[in-house]
Amino acid sequence: MSAPRGAQAGLSLRHLRVVFDAFVAVDDVSFDIAPGGSFGIVGESGSGKSTVLRAICGLAPLAAGNVALTGGVDTAAPASKAFRRQVQMVFQDPYASLHPRQTVDRLLAEPLAIHGIGDAEARIELALDEVGLGTGFRFRYPHQLSGGQRQRIAIARALILEPQVLLLDEPTSALDASVQAEVLNLLEALRERHGLTFLMVSHDLAVVTHLCQHLMVMQRGRAVEFVAAADLAAERVAADYTQSLMRASAGFRRATG
Amino acid sequence: MASPMNPLLTVDNLRVAYPAREGGFNEVVRGVSFTLGRERLGIVGESGSGKSQTGRAILGLTAPGGRVTADTLHFAGLDVLTLTPRERRSLRGGRIAMILQDPKFSLNPVMPIGEQIVETLRAHRKMSQRIARERALEALAAVQIDDPERVYALHAHEVSGGMGQRAMIAMMLIAEPELLIADEPTSALDVTVQLQVLAILDKLVAERGMGLIFISHDLRLVSSFCNRVLVMYAGRVVEEVAASELHRARHPYTQGLLNCLPQLGAARHPLPTLDRRPEWAL
Repeated sequence: MSAPRGAQAGLSLRHLRVVFDAFVAVDDVSFDIAPGGSFGIVGESGSGKSTVLRAICGLAPLAAGNVALTGGVDTAAPASKAFRRQVQMVFQDPYASLHPRQTVDRLLAEPLAIHGIGDAEARIELALDEVGLGTGFRFRYPHQLSGGQRQRIAIARALILEPQVLLLDEPTSALDASVQAEVLNLLEALRERHGLTFLMVSHDLAVVTHLCQHLMVMQRGRAVEFVAAADLAAERVAADYTQSLMRASAGFRRATG
Repeated sequence: MASPMNPLLTVDNLRVAYPAREGGFNEVVRGVSFTLGRERLGIVGESGSGKSQTGRAILGLTAPGGRVTADTLHFAGLDVLTLTPRERRSLRGGRIAMILQDPKFSLNPVMPIGEQIVETLRAHRKMSQRIARERALEALAAVQIDDPERVYALHAHEVSGGMGQRAMIAMMLIAEPELLIADEPTSALDVTVQLQVLAILDKLVAERGMGLIFISHDLRLVSSFCNRVLVMYAGRVVEEVAASELHRARHPYTQGLLNCLPQLGAARHPLPTLDRRPEWAL
């Protein structure tokens, strides 16, 4: 994985629309992420933020719009096997996203087998090293790992294919605060080391602004506001909804009077 | 607020242990002591610190096989550990109530929400179905549910998380408990909904003057809501601080918990992480 990489890829979404039966989950969402950039989506449950991620990697059906990798020399078409190798996802709940009856070794070998990549032995060892676990964890089962260690395995599984874009769906919301800090630091270090492009979804403004330079606020399937992390930190936001999210993230305050 | 002469709850050297696979017992709560008046006490810690087990042991909800011992476990003058199961059951939901994390799991899925509230009420107070129904509707209105008649007839899967948790609060407060134990009551909710639910809880606890134990992993949230905070690590209380004095916390674990959260407008890369020392767990 430390091998030098080709051109980095960014991501471009145009007029994305996802419909489940009659329910419009995502309505006309467009944004671009520059190669090596990091972009965050914030919103509440049901706002469609996770569905955007799932639509990008083909887990939710697109009703309209398109997704494209940009910037690289070998940018693959969406839904192709090459695209899936370049765009990998880390899910929210590490207790649900790892097969309970497979060892770490088997979990990490699976994507390599699917994509016909050899040299599994060395790649698995390297992937475990990169997420700070070491080869001692290789033959353990998920139930023998803590939440933070499981999320590291999920990150290793995504990274083992040497993707260019990492989709992160609330990667730390199931973790304790101190473990969250460790995983956020790990993600940041990996992004720097490999020049990865991040697209991260979270309901926590502080977590998103920690990792992302730009973000989009979603409500009821629509983009409410685009804002730079620095503007958000300085409380320069326009939409009412974004302001209420900011107040909420400041914690509980007793109403006066 | 709390009169030290006559505390609502006295816990001295509480221990909870579960059988270990290799034989013997694993202690998950190891000698927790505190007293509670009609005030708000926060218990903070990470997963596995024993904070929820402490709350459950007070209520008598320790899982079967668990062993609960204490030098003192007194609630309003009653020695809770020597009560019969029947007496304990009448305390639960009556004089001591508990709100759990996720209303999706704590509400009965096959019974309308209103009927569950009526059931709770009639388990503890003798009253007619008609009056109980009126009281349940009032309770739903008190947690700022706009259309109590409609919500009364809904099932758990038909309401949002925030609505479900408000109904749960209505149900737990209807028998007018003296002590409320809230175990991560807002962790499963969206941030903006969290604040609404906390504001409702805040108002009701203040109006009724009950004691509150607020269990959470979120130190900042707890300190903004409570008077006093116990910080637990590996089954022990490592530090007790007044919420207003939190920034002066001395234990490195408490400081670590405070520091490791990313904050808006204060970028720190990388984030400070906890350097867990084995002596904390001694």
